[in-house]
Amino acid sequence: MSDGTISFQERMATAEFRVHHDAHIVVDGKVCADCSTRECVVACPASLFVPTSDGGIVFNYEQCFECGTCYIVCNREGAISWHYPEGGHGVVFRRT
Amino acid sequence: MNQPDVDVVVVGGGPAGSCAAIVAARAGLSVVLLERGPFPGSKNMYGGVVYPRILDELIPNWWEEAPIQRWVTRRSTMMLTDTQALTVDFRSEAWGKPPYNGATAFRPDWDHWLAGYAEAAGAQVLTDTTVVGLIRDAKGAVAGVRTDRPDGDLTARVVIACDGVNSFLAKEAGLYEHTDAKHFTLGVKETLSLPKEVIDERFAVRDRHGVDIEILGGTGKVNGGGFLYTGLDTLSVGVVLKLPKLAAQQQRPEQLVAGLKAHPAIAPLVQGAELKEYSAHLIPEAGLTMMPKMTTSGMLVAGDAAALCLAAGIWLEGVNFAMASGMYAGEAAVEAVQAGDVSENGLRGYQRRLSDTFVLKDHRKLRRAPELVLSDRVQHLYPGMIANVAERVFHVDNPHPKPGVRRILAQERKKAGVRRRDLLRDGWTGFRSFG
Repeated sequence: MSDGTISFQERMATAEFRVHHDAHIVVDGKVCADCSTRECVVACPASLFVPTSDGGIVFNYEQCFECGTCYIVCNREGAISWHYPEGGHGVVFRRT
Repeated sequence: MNQPDVDVVVVGGGPAGSCAAIVAARAGLSVVLLERGPFPGSKNMYGGVVYPRILDELIPNWWEEAPIQRWVTRRSTMMLTDTQALTVDFRSEAWGKPPYNGATAFRPDWDHWLAGYAEAAGAQVLTDTTVVGLIRDAKGAVAGVRTDRPDGDLTARVVIACDGVNSFLAKEAGLYEHTDAKHFTLGVKETLSLPKEVIDERFAVRDRHGVDIEILGGTGKVNGGGFLYTGLDTLSVGVVLKLPKLAAQQQRPEQLVAGLKAHPAIAPLVQGAELKEYSAHLIPEAGLTMMPKMTTSGMLVAGDAAALCLAAGIWLEGVNFAMASGMYAGEAAVEAVQAGDVSENGLRGYQRRLSDTFVLKDHRKLRRAPELVLSDRVQHLYPGMIANVAERVFHVDNPHPKPGVRRILAQERKKAGVRRRDLLRDGWTGFRSFG
């Protein structure tokens, strides 16, 4: 996924994330397995949800903007549990 | 009841939280301001323009200190189709002089600066602290918060929840009836670096003067809007996307930003600028439709947490609503603590202040605007129709004589597939909202 000039990985590397060892997003793979719409895959601005060839979803929490899009856009009850990362962790937007 | 740890605990060091803390601390209350990031503002992002007039009450001559990028002296509203652009452009020298109007600023700078006033007023600012839940007393009233620190419970007479668009506290308190994806938009932004002289030249501004461009129709099939703002030596360009539509159209947010940047009217403005930071944030877009109950015994909700964000097309405001609601929540908390009644009734001064000021007056007046602006007709039919009318009015098609504007309008309306009835109805809704 690229906008023609930089890769998505390079794009995400412009934002700072102080990663905590505990995931603040938990996905219930069983619920996702029979979801055909997969709103999270398209809508997550950090592209943290990636479909696998066997019909599942793998997710990362490390480069999360903590926006909340995934759980709000998901229409499957209980598929995505989401809370804020531990204090001092997660995304840190830049001061000038 | 035992003596609480503090009079007021404010959750969230954004503009609402800092203003609440400033007011409460200045009145002599003991105040703790909790921020989950490493510094206030570190989690916060918006398009890029703030209208700080309301700060006159808290910080006289705030403009001498505020960490702004540029004063907005030029406002453009742009309507795009794939190959056309119609722009209404306004500029005023008055907005480039005290007391100013709008400014571009980065939230990590702005929020950090504002929190400094809370600290100076005597509030204790505690960063790196995530609130994980509410503490309630025997009667069920809110009596404090639990944090992720060891021994992290903090009891208070009043909790002011300024914990942002996801407001887990307002939800836990039962103040939101439900959360519906259609009430939210996702904002994604690229901060691009470009030398100041290049920006000055491209956007026809000088010194600290800057430009605010709001864009309708640059987001393809996804309902939403675009924006382009000038920082001192940066540009902020991005899109705001209606959540259900974004998911349904199978288009990724960063691709839509790329699409906007590639538009013939935008590409020359951003050419050669390098990506400095990519960011995203949710926006409570639906105004009055989605607002929660904002007061319960022992707790007030302010800012984005209370969905106090005005997304009404030509007016896109949020930080001013956050600062004002935070200020009023602070005042109401002071009243209630001093009167010794922090029940819902004792805190009613908050709702009264919101109702009597622009905070709810603007929202009531513009209650139909967010839905109108994001409607399929305004998003996908009107820009093309209006741009075609403009193109035909200005196109010289000799040897044919000029057609009358009324005839062009009627023809383009039909060609766009817009029913007269719908156009009149939308026009009336728009007139009632904006008029």
